[in-house]
Amino acid sequence: MKYVDEFRNPQQAKKILKEIEVLCSTIKLSTDRPIQIMEVCGGHTHSIFRYGLNQLLPEKLDFVHGPGCPVCVLPRSVVDNCIRIAEHKEVIFTTFGDAMRVPGSSKSLLDVKAEGGDIRMVYSPLDALMIAKKNPKKRVVFFGLGFETTMPSTALSVMQAAKEGVNNFYLFCNHITIIPTIKAVLDSPGMRIDGFLGPGHVSLIIGTQPYDFIANQYHKPLVAAGFEPLDILQSVWMILKQLKNGEAKIENQYARLVNDAGNANALNSIASVFELRDFFEWRGLGSINHSGVKINEKYRAFDAEAAFDLKEVTVTDPDICQCGEVLKGILKPWQCKVFGKQCTPETPLGALMVSTEGACSAHYSYGQNIDLINTHHE
Amino acid sequence: MCLGIPAQIKAIVDEDNQIARVDLSGVSRDVNIACVLSDTHQIQDLIDQWVLVHVGFALSIVDEEEAKKTLTILAEIGELSAVVEDINQGEDS
Ligand code: SF4
Repeated sequence: MKYVDEFRNPQQAKKILKEIEVLCSTIKLSTDRPIQIMEVCGGHTHSIFRYGLNQLLPEKLDFVHGPGCPVCVLPRSVVDNCIRIAEHKEVIFTTFGDAMRVPGSSKSLLDVKAEGGDIRMVYSPLDALMIAKKNPKKRVVFFGLGFETTMPSTALSVMQAAKEGVNNFYLFCNHITIIPTIKAVLDSPGMRIDGFLGPGHVSLIIGTQPYDFIANQYHKPLVAAGFEPLDILQSVWMILKQLKNGEAKIENQYARLVNDAGNANALNSIASVFELRDFFEWRGLGSINHSGVKINEKYRAFDAEAAFDLKEVTVTDPDICQCGEVLKGILKPWQCKVFGKQCTPETPLGALMVSTEGACSAHYSYGQNIDLINTHHE
Repeated sequence: MCLGIPAQIKAIVDEDNQIARVDLSGVSRDVNIACVLSDTHQIQDLIDQWVLVHVGFALSIVDEEEAKKTLTILAEIGELSAVVEDINQGEDS
Protein backbone atom coordinates (compact mmCIF):
# COMPACT_ATOMS: atom_id res chain seq x y z
CA MET A 1 0.00 0.00 0.00
CA LYS A 2 1.32 3.44 -0.90
CA TYR A 3 2.60 5.53 2.02
CA VAL A 4 2.70 2.37 4.13
CA ASP A 5 5.01 -0.20 2.56
CA GLU A 6 7.87 2.28 2.02
CA PHE A 7 7.86 2.87 5.76
CA ARG A 8 8.16 -0.81 6.64
CA ASN A 9 11.41 -1.75 4.87
CA PRO A 10 13.23 -4.18 7.21
CA GLN A 11 16.68 -3.53 5.71
CA GLN A 12 16.31 0.17 6.34
CA ALA A 13 15.05 -0.53 9.85
CA LYS A 14 18.13 -2.60 10.60
CA LYS A 15 20.42 0.22 9.60
CA ILE A 16 18.60 2.80 11.68
CA LEU A 17 18.65 0.41 14.64
CA LYS A 18 22.42 0.23 14.36
CA GLU A 19 22.67 3.98 14.40
CA ILE A 20 20.30 4.19 17.37
CA GLU A 21 22.52 1.77 19.22
CA VAL A 22 25.59 3.90 18.57
CA LEU A 23 23.73 7.05 19.64
CA CYS A 24 22.48 5.39 22.83
CA SER A 25 25.96 4.40 23.87
CA THR A 26 27.18 7.99 23.56
CA ILE A 27 24.39 9.57 25.62
CA LYS A 28 25.39 10.09 29.23
CA LEU A 29 22.62 10.44 31.77
CA SER A 30 23.29 11.91 35.21
CA THR A 31 22.17 8.70 36.91
CA ASP A 32 22.68 5.15 35.82
CA ARG A 33 19.32 4.33 34.29
CA PRO A 34 17.92 3.64 30.84
CA ILE A 35 16.92 6.46 28.49
CA GLN A 36 13.14 6.72 28.79
CA ILE A 37 10.99 7.73 25.85
CA MET A 38 7.26 8.01 26.37
CA GLU A 39 5.00 7.21 23.46
CA VAL A 40 1.95 9.26 24.32
CA CYS A 41 -0.38 7.59 21.84
CA GLY A 42 -1.85 4.10 22.15
CA GLY A 43 -1.46 3.71 18.39
CA HIS A 44 2.28 3.90 18.88
CA THR A 45 2.13 1.40 21.75
CA HIS A 46 0.33 -0.96 19.40
CA SER A 47 2.90 -0.50 16.58
CA ILE A 48 5.85 -0.87 18.96
CA PHE A 49 4.60 -4.26 20.13
CA ARG A 50 3.24 -5.41 16.80
CA TYR A 51 6.62 -4.93 15.15
CA GLY A 52 8.57 -5.96 18.23
CA LEU A 53 10.46 -2.66 18.23
CA ASN A 54 10.89 -2.77 22.01
CA GLN A 55 12.87 -5.98 21.61
CA LEU A 56 14.97 -4.69 18.74
CA LEU A 57 15.99 -1.48 20.47
CA PRO A 58 19.03 -1.37 22.76
CA GLU A 59 18.55 -2.30 26.41
CA LYS A 60 19.62 1.18 27.38
CA LEU A 61 16.43 2.54 25.84
CA ASP A 62 13.04 2.10 27.45
CA PHE A 63 9.60 2.88 26.09
CA VAL A 64 7.20 4.20 28.68
CA HIS A 65 3.64 3.65 27.51
CA GLY A 66 1.70 6.86 28.00
CA PRO A 67 -1.95 7.61 28.68
CA GLY A 68 -2.92 8.02 25.03
CA CYS A 69 -5.28 5.09 24.66
CA PRO A 70 -8.72 6.71 25.04
CA VAL A 71 -10.39 3.40 25.79
CA CYS A 72 -7.89 2.63 28.54
CA VAL A 73 -8.46 5.86 30.44
CA LEU A 74 -12.26 5.59 30.43
CA PRO A 75 -13.42 5.62 34.02
CA ARG A 76 -15.85 2.96 35.21
CA SER A 77 -18.45 5.66 35.89
CA VAL A 78 -18.57 6.54 32.17
CA VAL A 79 -19.12 2.90 31.22
CA ASP A 80 -21.87 2.78 33.87
CA ASN A 81 -23.49 5.83 32.29
CA CYS A 82 -23.29 4.23 28.83
CA ILE A 83 -25.12 1.25 30.29
CA ARG A 84 -27.72 3.53 31.90
CA ILE A 85 -28.41 5.03 28.48
CA ALA A 86 -28.31 1.70 26.63
CA GLU A 87 -30.81 0.10 29.01
CA HIS A 88 -33.58 2.44 27.83
CA LYS A 89 -35.98 0.43 25.70
CA GLU A 90 -36.21 3.04 22.93
CA VAL A 91 -32.45 3.53 22.64
CA ILE A 92 -30.06 2.18 20.02
CA PHE A 93 -26.61 2.65 21.52
CA THR A 94 -23.79 2.91 19.00
CA THR A 95 -20.08 2.74 19.71
CA PHE A 96 -16.68 1.94 18.26
CA GLY A 97 -15.88 -1.72 18.88
CA ASP A 98 -12.97 -0.92 21.22
CA ALA A 99 -15.28 0.28 23.98
CA MET A 100 -17.45 -2.83 24.13
CA ARG A 101 -15.42 -4.81 26.64
CA VAL A 102 -14.31 -2.04 29.00
CA PRO A 103 -15.49 -3.07 32.46
CA GLY A 104 -17.91 -0.79 34.29
CA SER A 105 -18.66 -1.29 38.00
CA SER A 106 -20.59 -4.47 37.40
CA LYS A 107 -20.70 -5.12 33.66
CA SER A 108 -19.55 -4.03 30.22
CA LEU A 109 -21.50 -2.94 27.15
CA LEU A 110 -20.89 -6.38 25.70
CA ASP A 111 -22.69 -7.91 28.71
CA VAL A 112 -25.65 -5.58 28.18
CA LYS A 113 -25.75 -6.54 24.50
CA ALA A 114 -25.76 -10.22 25.48
CA GLU A 115 -28.71 -9.49 27.76
CA GLY A 116 -30.63 -8.12 24.78
CA GLY A 117 -29.68 -4.43 24.74
CA ASP A 118 -29.65 -2.83 21.29
CA ILE A 119 -25.96 -1.98 21.15
CA ARG A 120 -24.35 -1.69 17.76
CA MET A 121 -20.73 -1.36 16.77
CA VAL A 122 -20.17 1.26 14.10
CA TYR A 123 -17.14 2.26 12.07
CA SER A 124 -18.00 5.97 11.96
CA PRO A 125 -20.29 8.40 13.80
CA LEU A 126 -21.86 8.99 10.39
CA ASP A 127 -23.05 5.37 10.45
CA ALA A 128 -24.75 6.16 13.77
CA LEU A 129 -26.42 9.18 12.18
CA MET A 130 -27.62 6.95 9.36
CA ILE A 131 -29.13 4.52 11.88
CA ALA A 132 -30.93 7.47 13.50
CA LYS A 133 -32.41 8.51 10.16
CA LYS A 134 -33.59 4.97 9.46
CA ASN A 135 -35.13 4.54 12.92
CA PRO A 136 -37.06 7.76 13.58
CA LYS A 137 -38.98 6.20 16.50
CA LYS A 138 -35.79 5.27 18.33
CA ARG A 139 -33.31 7.48 20.12
CA VAL A 140 -29.86 6.78 18.70
CA VAL A 141 -26.90 7.60 20.90
CA PHE A 142 -23.32 7.64 19.69
CA PHE A 143 -20.60 7.17 22.29
CA GLY A 144 -17.98 9.76 21.33
CA LEU A 145 -14.55 9.10 22.71
CA GLY A 146 -10.98 9.72 21.71
CA PHE A 147 -8.51 12.56 21.53
CA GLU A 148 -8.48 15.45 19.04
CA THR A 149 -8.08 13.00 16.14
CA THR A 150 -11.63 11.77 16.59
CA MET A 151 -13.25 15.04 17.67
CA PRO A 152 -13.77 16.52 14.17
CA SER A 153 -15.65 13.40 13.08
CA THR A 154 -18.15 13.60 15.94
CA ALA A 155 -18.39 17.40 15.69
CA LEU A 156 -19.12 17.21 11.97
CA SER A 157 -21.67 14.43 12.52
CA VAL A 158 -23.53 16.57 15.07
CA MET A 159 -23.42 19.52 12.67
CA GLN A 160 -24.76 17.27 9.92
CA ALA A 161 -27.58 16.09 12.19
CA ALA A 162 -28.47 19.73 12.92
CA LYS A 163 -28.36 20.63 9.23
CA GLU A 164 -30.68 17.76 8.32
CA GLY A 165 -32.95 18.27 11.32
CA VAL A 166 -32.38 14.77 12.70
CA ASN A 167 -33.82 15.09 16.20
CA ASN A 168 -33.37 11.54 17.49
CA PHE A 169 -29.55 11.57 17.34
CA TYR A 170 -27.48 12.16 20.47
CA LEU A 171 -23.81 12.27 21.28
CA PHE A 172 -22.54 11.00 24.61
CA CYS A 173 -19.40 13.10 24.54
CA ASN A 174 -16.34 11.79 26.35
CA HIS A 175 -13.63 13.28 24.21
CA ILE A 176 -10.38 14.16 25.90
CA THR A 177 -7.63 16.61 25.04
CA ILE A 178 -3.95 15.83 24.75
CA ILE A 179 -2.15 18.91 26.07
CA PRO A 180 -3.44 18.90 29.69
CA THR A 181 -2.77 15.19 29.73
CA ILE A 182 0.88 15.52 28.72
CA LYS A 183 1.19 18.34 31.25
CA ALA A 184 -0.25 16.11 33.99
CA VAL A 185 2.28 13.44 33.07
CA LEU A 186 5.14 15.96 33.17
CA ASP A 187 3.99 17.29 36.55
CA SER A 188 3.46 13.92 38.20
CA PRO A 189 6.01 13.11 40.88
CA GLY A 190 8.50 10.37 40.14
CA MET A 191 8.31 11.04 36.42
CA ARG A 192 11.57 10.55 34.54
CA ILE A 193 10.82 10.95 30.87
CA ASP A 194 13.71 12.03 28.66
CA GLY A 195 11.69 12.63 25.52
CA PHE A 196 8.32 12.16 23.88
CA LEU A 197 7.14 10.39 20.76
CA GLY A 198 4.36 12.84 19.84
CA PRO A 199 0.94 11.49 18.75
CA GLY A 200 0.96 11.77 14.96
CA HIS A 201 -2.74 11.82 14.25
CA VAL A 202 -3.62 14.14 17.11
CA SER A 203 -0.90 16.41 15.73
CA LEU A 204 -2.36 16.56 12.25
CA ILE A 205 -5.42 18.18 13.86
CA ILE A 206 -3.80 20.46 16.45
CA GLY A 207 -0.42 21.05 14.76
CA THR A 208 2.90 21.02 16.57
CA GLN A 209 2.77 24.52 18.09
CA PRO A 210 0.75 23.48 21.15
CA TYR A 211 3.70 21.30 22.20
CA ASP A 212 6.14 24.22 22.41
CA PHE A 213 5.80 24.46 26.22
CA ILE A 214 7.27 20.96 26.54
CA ALA A 215 10.54 22.21 25.09
CA ASN A 216 10.42 25.72 26.53
CA GLN A 217 9.24 25.04 30.08
CA TYR A 218 10.12 21.40 30.67
CA HIS A 219 13.17 21.18 28.41
CA LYS A 220 12.16 17.85 26.91
CA PRO A 221 12.30 16.91 23.22
CA LEU A 222 9.15 15.85 21.42
CA VAL A 223 9.00 14.46 17.89
CA ALA A 224 5.59 14.20 16.22
CA ALA A 225 5.77 10.69 14.79
CA GLY A 226 4.04 8.52 12.23
CA PHE A 227 2.91 4.96 12.97
CA GLU A 228 4.88 2.74 10.64
CA PRO A 229 7.99 1.03 12.03
CA LEU A 230 10.40 3.30 10.14
CA ASP A 231 8.47 6.38 11.29
CA ILE A 232 8.88 5.31 14.89
CA LEU A 233 12.54 4.40 14.52
CA GLN A 234 13.36 7.65 12.76
CA SER A 235 11.55 9.59 15.49
CA VAL A 236 13.46 7.74 18.22
CA TRP A 237 16.67 8.53 16.35
CA MET A 238 15.67 12.23 16.21
CA ILE A 239 14.96 12.31 19.95
CA LEU A 240 18.27 10.63 20.71
CA LYS A 241 20.16 13.10 18.54
CA GLN A 242 18.61 15.94 20.53
CA LEU A 243 19.50 14.26 23.82
CA LYS A 244 23.04 13.73 22.65
CA ASN A 245 23.38 17.41 21.75
CA GLY A 246 21.71 18.53 24.98
CA GLU A 247 18.81 20.04 23.01
CA ALA A 248 15.08 20.15 23.65
CA LYS A 249 13.10 20.96 20.53
CA ILE A 250 9.72 20.14 19.05
CA GLU A 251 10.36 18.35 15.76
CA ASN A 252 8.11 16.82 13.14
CA GLN A 253 8.93 13.46 11.61
CA TYR A 254 5.41 13.08 10.18
CA ALA A 255 5.57 16.10 7.87
CA ARG A 256 3.73 14.23 5.12
CA LEU A 257 0.59 14.76 7.21
CA VAL A 258 1.38 17.14 10.05
CA ASN A 259 2.14 20.86 9.90
CA ASP A 260 2.82 23.45 12.59
CA ALA A 261 -0.61 25.03 12.62
CA GLY A 262 -2.78 21.92 12.35
CA ASN A 263 -5.93 21.53 10.26
CA ALA A 264 -8.03 24.73 10.31
CA ASN A 265 -11.27 23.10 9.09
CA ALA A 266 -11.02 20.39 11.71
CA LEU A 267 -10.21 22.86 14.49
CA ASN A 268 -13.16 25.04 13.43
CA SER A 269 -15.57 22.12 13.61
CA ILE A 270 -14.31 21.27 17.10
CA ALA A 271 -14.69 24.89 18.21
CA SER A 272 -18.24 25.10 16.79
CA VAL A 273 -19.61 22.13 18.71
CA PHE A 274 -17.54 21.62 21.85
CA GLU A 275 -16.42 23.56 24.89
CA LEU A 276 -13.91 22.65 27.58
CA ARG A 277 -15.07 20.90 30.72
CA ASP A 278 -13.68 22.21 34.00
CA PHE A 279 -12.24 18.80 34.64
CA PHE A 280 -12.49 15.22 33.43
CA GLU A 281 -12.06 12.08 35.47
CA TRP A 282 -9.48 9.62 34.08
CA ARG A 283 -9.17 6.00 35.01
CA GLY A 284 -5.99 5.57 36.97
CA LEU A 285 -4.92 9.20 36.70
CA GLY A 286 -7.72 10.92 38.62
CA SER A 287 -9.21 14.24 37.66
CA ILE A 288 -7.30 16.45 35.22
CA ASN A 289 -8.41 20.06 34.75
CA HIS A 290 -9.66 21.10 31.31
CA SER A 291 -8.80 17.68 29.90
CA GLY A 292 -12.17 16.94 28.36
CA VAL A 293 -14.81 18.61 26.22
CA LYS A 294 -18.61 18.67 26.22
CA ILE A 295 -21.26 19.81 23.75
CA ASN A 296 -21.84 23.57 23.86
CA GLU A 297 -25.13 25.44 24.33
CA LYS A 298 -25.80 25.77 20.61
CA TYR A 299 -25.90 22.01 20.07
CA ARG A 300 -27.41 21.11 23.46
CA ALA A 301 -30.33 19.32 21.75
CA PHE A 302 -27.89 16.60 20.67
CA ASP A 303 -26.29 16.16 24.07
CA ALA A 304 -26.99 12.77 25.66
CA GLU A 305 -25.98 14.21 29.03
CA ALA A 306 -28.92 16.61 28.84
CA ALA A 307 -31.35 14.06 27.40
CA PHE A 308 -30.72 11.18 29.80
CA ASP A 309 -30.57 10.90 33.55
CA LEU A 310 -26.91 10.20 34.23
CA LYS A 311 -24.93 9.95 37.43
CA GLU A 312 -21.75 11.80 38.31
CA VAL A 313 -20.30 9.30 40.72
CA THR A 314 -16.67 8.41 40.82
CA VAL A 315 -16.23 4.66 40.81
CA THR A 316 -12.74 3.66 41.76
CA ASP A 317 -11.00 0.64 40.33
CA PRO A 318 -10.58 -2.37 42.63
CA ASP A 319 -7.58 -1.88 44.94
CA ILE A 320 -5.61 -4.68 43.29
CA CYS A 321 -5.58 -2.81 39.96
CA GLN A 322 -2.41 -0.82 39.38
CA CYS A 323 -3.45 0.81 36.12
CA GLY A 324 -2.61 4.27 37.42
CA GLU A 325 1.02 3.43 38.08
CA VAL A 326 1.31 1.69 34.73
CA LEU A 327 -0.27 4.64 32.91
CA LYS A 328 2.21 7.03 34.44
CA GLY A 329 5.09 4.75 33.54
CA ILE A 330 6.01 4.09 37.18
CA LEU A 331 5.30 0.36 36.89
CA LYS A 332 5.77 -1.87 33.87
CA PRO A 333 2.58 -3.76 32.97
CA TRP A 334 3.96 -7.11 34.09
CA GLN A 335 4.83 -5.62 37.47
CA CYS A 336 1.13 -5.18 38.28
CA LYS A 337 0.13 -7.76 40.89
CA VAL A 338 -2.74 -9.17 38.84
CA PHE A 339 -1.16 -9.05 35.36
CA GLY A 340 -1.73 -12.32 33.56
CA LYS A 341 -3.43 -13.78 36.62
CA GLN A 342 -6.81 -12.27 37.49
CA CYS A 343 -6.34 -9.73 34.72
CA THR A 344 -6.09 -11.03 31.14
CA PRO A 345 -7.54 -9.83 27.81
CA GLU A 346 -10.38 -12.36 28.24
CA THR A 347 -11.16 -11.22 31.78
CA PRO A 348 -9.85 -7.66 32.02
CA LEU A 349 -9.89 -6.08 35.47
CA GLY A 350 -8.35 -2.85 34.29
CA ALA A 351 -8.94 -1.01 31.04
CA LEU A 352 -5.30 -1.30 29.98
CA MET A 353 -6.02 -4.96 29.34
CA VAL A 354 -8.98 -4.28 27.05
CA SER A 355 -7.83 -2.50 23.93
CA THR A 356 -4.98 -3.71 21.74
CA GLU A 357 -3.62 -0.19 22.26
CA GLY A 358 -3.48 -0.72 26.01
CA ALA A 359 -0.03 -1.35 27.44
CA CYS A 360 -1.09 -4.44 29.41
CA SER A 361 -2.98 -6.08 26.57
CA ALA A 362 -0.11 -5.36 24.16
CA HIS A 363 2.40 -6.90 26.56
CA TYR A 364 0.17 -9.89 27.17
CA SER A 365 -0.85 -10.55 23.56
CA TYR A 366 2.60 -10.24 22.08
CA GLY A 367 4.08 -12.53 24.68
CA GLN A 368 6.62 -10.09 26.02
CA ASN A 369 8.74 -10.65 29.08
CA ILE A 370 7.34 -14.04 29.89
CA ASP A 371 10.05 -14.75 32.44
CA LEU A 372 9.48 -11.40 34.06
CA ILE A 373 5.82 -12.23 34.55
CA ASN A 374 6.80 -15.07 36.81
CA THR A 375 9.35 -13.13 38.78
CA HIS A 376 7.73 -9.73 38.87
CA HIS A 377 9.07 -7.18 41.32
CA GLU A 378 6.91 -6.42 44.33
CA MET B 1 -8.40 4.49 18.24
CA CYS B 2 -6.41 7.27 16.63
CA LEU B 3 -5.22 5.22 13.71
CA GLY B 4 -5.86 6.19 10.12
CA ILE B 5 -5.26 4.68 6.71
CA PRO B 6 -3.99 6.40 3.56
CA ALA B 7 -6.53 6.26 0.74
CA GLN B 8 -6.88 7.84 -2.69
CA ILE B 9 -9.85 10.01 -3.63
CA LYS B 10 -11.50 8.67 -6.77
CA ALA B 11 -14.67 10.74 -7.17
CA ILE B 12 -16.79 13.39 -5.51
CA VAL B 13 -20.18 11.75 -4.93
CA ASP B 14 -22.11 14.41 -3.01
CA GLU B 15 -20.80 17.94 -3.21
CA ASP B 16 -23.44 19.41 -0.85
CA ASN B 17 -22.70 16.96 1.93
CA GLN B 18 -18.99 16.89 1.13
CA ILE B 19 -18.75 13.18 0.45
CA ALA B 20 -16.09 11.59 -1.77
CA ARG B 21 -15.46 8.01 -2.83
CA VAL B 22 -12.01 6.74 -1.92
CA ASP B 23 -10.05 3.64 -2.67
CA LEU B 24 -8.96 2.22 0.66
CA SER B 25 -6.41 -0.43 -0.25
CA GLY B 26 -8.68 -1.96 -2.85
CA VAL B 27 -11.97 -1.29 -1.06
CA SER B 28 -14.22 1.51 -2.26
CA ARG B 29 -15.73 3.64 0.51
CA ASP B 30 -17.51 6.95 0.88
CA VAL B 31 -15.90 9.38 3.27
CA ASN B 32 -16.58 12.89 4.49
CA ILE B 33 -14.07 15.40 3.11
CA ALA B 34 -15.03 18.54 5.07
CA CYS B 35 -11.62 18.66 6.74
CA VAL B 36 -9.62 18.64 3.52
CA LEU B 37 -11.58 21.26 1.56
CA SER B 38 -10.05 24.67 1.08
CA ASP B 39 -11.29 28.06 -0.10
CA THR B 40 -8.52 28.32 -2.62
CA HIS B 41 -9.14 25.03 -4.42
CA GLN B 42 -12.00 23.53 -6.37
CA ILE B 43 -13.55 20.43 -4.80
CA GLN B 44 -12.72 18.54 -8.03
CA ASP B 45 -9.01 19.20 -7.43
CA LEU B 46 -9.14 16.61 -4.67
CA ILE B 47 -9.54 13.77 -7.14
CA ASP B 48 -6.44 11.53 -7.20
CA GLN B 49 -5.12 13.09 -4.00
CA TRP B 50 -4.08 10.80 -1.18
CA VAL B 51 -5.72 11.48 2.18
CA LEU B 52 -5.56 9.98 5.64
CA VAL B 53 -8.91 8.37 6.48
CA HIS B 54 -10.02 7.98 10.08
CA VAL B 55 -13.51 6.74 11.12
CA GLY B 56 -15.07 7.72 7.80
CA PHE B 57 -13.47 11.16 7.53
CA ALA B 58 -10.56 12.35 5.40
CA LEU B 59 -8.51 14.24 7.96
CA SER B 60 -5.55 15.46 5.97
CA ILE B 61 -4.06 15.44 2.49
CA VAL B 62 -0.82 13.48 2.20
CA ASP B 63 1.97 15.84 1.15
CA GLU B 64 3.81 13.90 -1.54
CA GLU B 65 6.92 16.12 -1.39
CA GLU B 66 7.25 15.77 2.37
CA ALA B 67 6.83 12.00 2.11
CA LYS B 68 9.70 11.92 -0.37
CA LYS B 69 11.87 14.08 1.88
CA THR B 70 11.28 11.77 4.83
CA LEU B 71 12.20 8.74 2.74
CA THR B 72 15.38 10.48 1.59
CA ILE B 73 16.39 11.21 5.18
CA LEU B 74 15.60 7.62 6.12
CA ALA B 75 17.86 6.39 3.33
CA GLU B 76 20.64 8.69 4.50
CA ILE B 77 20.43 7.43 8.06
CA GLY B 78 20.90 4.02 6.51
CA GLU B 79 24.04 5.06 4.66
CA LEU B 80 25.73 6.49 7.72
CA SER B 81 24.87 3.33 9.58
CA ALA B 82 26.36 1.13 6.91
CA VAL B 83 29.72 2.75 7.62
CA VAL B 84 29.25 2.16 11.34
CA GLU B 85 28.36 -1.42 10.57
CA ASP B 86 31.59 -1.90 8.66
CA ILE B 87 33.58 -0.57 11.57
CA ASN B 88 31.76 -2.58 14.17
CA GLN B 89 31.54 -5.81 12.18
CA GLY B 90 29.68 -7.48 15.03
CA GLU B 91 26.27 -8.20 13.46
CA ASP B 92 23.66 -9.24 15.97
CA SER B 93 20.82 -11.49 14.91
S1 SF4 C 1 -2.71 -5.88 34.63
FE1 SF4 C 1 -4.86 -5.24 34.63
S2 SF4 C 1 -5.18 -4.26 36.61
FE2 SF4 C 1 -2.96 -4.42 36.31
S3 SF4 C 1 -2.39 -2.46 35.42
FE3 SF4 C 1 -2.79 -3.85 33.72
S4 SF4 C 1 -4.94 -3.54 33.20
FE4 SF4 C 1 -4.61 -2.62 35.22
